[in-house]
Amino acid sequence: MGSYSSHVSKIEDLQGIIQETGFSKAHVCRLYDRFEGLDQNKAGQLSREDFQRIGELAVNPLGDRIINAFFPDGNQTLDFRSFIRILACFRPVTVDKSAGPNSPEPINSRSNKLRFAFQLYDQDRDGKISRDELFQVLRMMLEAQVTDDQLDSITDRTIQEADLDGDGAISFEEFRKSLENVNLEHKMSIRFLQ
Amino acid sequence: MSRCSIWIGILLFELLTRASLFAETISEPKAAARTSNDSDRWESVSSNRPESKAIQPVWKPEQEENQSVAAALKVFSLDYHHVQVPFEITLWIMLASLAKIGFHLYIKLPSIVPESCLLIIVGLIMGGIIYGVNGRSAPVMSTDIFFLYLLPPIVLDAGYFMPSRPFFENIGTILWYAVVGTMWNVFGIGLSLYGICQIESFGLKDISLLYNLLFGSLIAAVDPVAVLSVFEEIHVNEQLHILVFGESLLNDAVTVVLYKLFKTFCTMPSIGMSDVLFGIIKFFLVGLGGLLVGVTYGIIAALTTRFTENIRVIEPLFVFLYSYLSYLTAEMFQFSGIVAIIACSMSMKRYVEANISQKSHTTIKYFMKMWSSVSETLIFIFLGVSTIGDKHEWSWPYVCFTMIFCLVWRAVGVIFLTFVVNKFRVNVVTRKDQFIIAYGGLRGAICFSLVFLLPNFPQKKLFTTATIVVIFFTVFVQGMTIKPLVELLEVKRTSQAAPTVSEQIHIRFLDHLLAGIEDICGHWGQYYWKDRFENFNTKYLNKVFIREQHLSKSSIVVLYQKLEKKHAIELAEAGQLAGAPSLASLHDEHTAEVSKSPISPEQLDNIQELLIRNLYRIRQTTQSYSRHTLPQGKNSNQAKEIFLRRQESLLKDDGVLNLIQRRSICFAGESQKKGKLARSLTVGGYGGNKNNSADQSPKLPKSMSVTPQQPSITEWINEEEPENLQSSDENDINQKGNDED
Repeated sequence: MGSYSSHVSKIEDLQGIIQETGFSKAHVCRLYDRFEGLDQNKAGQLSREDFQRIGELAVNPLGDRIINAFFPDGNQTLDFRSFIRILACFRPVTVDKSAGPNSPEPINSRSNKLRFAFQLYDQDRDGKISRDELFQVLRMMLEAQVTDDQLDSITDRTIQEADLDGDGAISFEEFRKSLENVNLEHKMSIRFLQ
Repeated sequence: MSRCSIWIGILLFELLTRASLFAETISEPKAAARTSNDSDRWESVSSNRPESKAIQPVWKPEQEENQSVAAALKVFSLDYHHVQVPFEITLWIMLASLAKIGFHLYIKLPSIVPESCLLIIVGLIMGGIIYGVNGRSAPVMSTDIFFLYLLPPIVLDAGYFMPSRPFFENIGTILWYAVVGTMWNVFGIGLSLYGICQIESFGLKDISLLYNLLFGSLIAAVDPVAVLSVFEEIHVNEQLHILVFGESLLNDAVTVVLYKLFKTFCTMPSIGMSDVLFGIIKFFLVGLGGLLVGVTYGIIAALTTRFTENIRVIEPLFVFLYSYLSYLTAEMFQFSGIVAIIACSMSMKRYVEANISQKSHTTIKYFMKMWSSVSETLIFIFLGVSTIGDKHEWSWPYVCFTMIFCLVWRAVGVIFLTFVVNKFRVNVVTRKDQFIIAYGGLRGAICFSLVFLLPNFPQKKLFTTATIVVIFFTVFVQGMTIKPLVELLEVKRTSQAAPTVSEQIHIRFLDHLLAGIEDICGHWGQYYWKDRFENFNTKYLNKVFIREQHLSKSSIVVLYQKLEKKHAIELAEAGQLAGAPSLASLHDEHTAEVSKSPISPEQLDNIQELLIRNLYRIRQTTQSYSRHTLPQGKNSNQAKEIFLRRQESLLKDDGVLNLIQRRSICFAGESQKKGKLARSLTVGGYGGNKNNSADQSPKLPKSMSVTPQQPSITEWINEEEPENLQSSDENDINQKGNDED
């Protein structure tokens, strides 16, 4: 994996990254290795093709959306800092006693995890999951097994269940509400990233 | 109270008849000599039935007749010998079931004392009576009966209805506790008891190290039957439940190996390193062998159900036959039967559920629950009966120290193991959880049977006594106090929320998301493997095991269909909903159903479905208010109009029937994926279910933003809700039956 010293020199602002994301130095270095491994043409930045090259991601129903999440605002390249910032979202939640009450919310808080998931649904970033967006996600997840009619009904029902203010779309708060019984800290954490 | 007095009356009656007959048999030596054994046993088991009194007088005249006129033709004869065995078995089961009814007549009792304790007490009474009459204890529970007939139904029930998601998520922890924890307990208890035996003043010097270890191996194992019966009533959160329960099931492999190992060692003159090594190899063999046997039978069962389309009636039989075969095969090879039967039921469940009809599914569910309930009851009664006897030898230090060491080593073991395992878990096991895990380590009938299985050596009686004391202590003391402790410590209980389609969708969504992120990290975590397995399953396994037209049953779709169907039925009902009388009868049915704990998962589903139904109903009424008459601040654009119209057309008038017909194609082979959704394994049982349902209904307004006019409607639902519980499921089954066959 290489010695840390070589990494330390390559990674810009290592301390800043550690501070911001909460990863340990070892983790940052490990993820940097991964970053470099994905970056086949040694551009120092990742492009969409690099992600699409990951085999399993191609068969993942949400593969495209996940890749898009890494390239917000129409960017075409991704540097290491942004890469690791997004991955920091999936760190297991730990109670940080040293942080004062006014310190900014850690990246891997429950709220931020929810927000990440919400953004995957909400492609047009209007702050709401509209019926169409939900339909598309369902279509992707249920593939060819289900007819369009059924999908329509399921979509309608989902919106009905979650929609509290009756506007036919799911806002972030409603999304959060519908997941309140799910142990998100557990579900959206990767142990590897601890 | 009058019912209690009836029961006491029956018991006294029993005693009187027994006493009178005992006197009679003494006065007729010839008859006594001929059939003394039969008569005594006959009296002992049948005297709890009032009808037996009628038979007795007839028996005696016949006897006198026999002695005087030997050659005369017998017009009326009695041949008890002919039916003895099935008769007695049936009477024992009858006693068990009547006892169960008795407890639930007095409603408050099950909430203080768990059923297992009450059953043991009944067994003790019966055993006392039999012993008093016969002068020896009833030979009812032999080890074979227990291991071959009574234990498999319970384990099958546990394995078949095990929620697979939490089980596999926690499998590492469960295995850690089961394997390492049990070994820790065995060696800890064995060695410390050996240390106690070394002390001169106790006079136990003659118990060697090996015997102590043997004793440790049989007393250390947590018993699934006892755990199940106690935890069923306390409803702790799912993770905790699955940890304790999974551990109690899987530690069988370790127990079997260690027990047999030490038993063999006791008979061998000397033990070498190679023997110990063989022991370790044997352990892996037992566990993996059981797993292999189970999975093999599960696969065969899944394959068989693919072809049962034209003989639906015997479908349930296959599930039971294959599971039982897997158990027996594993026992034959000296593998762990429990692991085999669990592996079999879990592996076949998915495919079998997709293939069989709804009626078969219901049959399987009810038969399994019934058998496991009867088995469990019988086990506890026999435990009580077999206790009374003359095979006890009391030794204060040994017994007391056994109990102390059991508690201490379990507690220390749990703390230490949790400390290690928490480093690898995202969801840590909290201190409260640890306490419940340690305290919930109940010993039960397995220890008891194992102690009977011991060869006859001088200390066997001592071991028997110690085992019985430990079992009684854990079942009575720990069983009774665990519920108050759970409430005192405010251990996280199960959340009794209704499953929603949106939750299901989001959970699936998160699964995919996490799998993708794991791929990006280059890390093969649990989501990666789960994803891989699911892909493999969909591509290959489903095609092999599931019948053609039953493919494509995504759990989201299944849940959605179920909920829609309920709603449709409810709408149809709403048009014909009668007044109070039918509701009252449903209400009675419901409260009677409620206290029978083995059926409780269904109750939970009923409650959840009912909540959803009512949720829907409110939704519908509010829509007609909020959408048409109260325009919101936004523009009602095209999409929303279509959305509304779709809702109305789908859900109103004869659209209901269309809905049912349209969906009927999809109903074929609808599978019960409740395991995935239900948050808790059981509900009800402790007689407080009415409270539960009443507690749930206030949640309705919280989860929806109802306009201020709503409170009146909400109250109406609060009252109506418990009554409708029964009708929905029956209608569901009928509806399903019509579509299916």
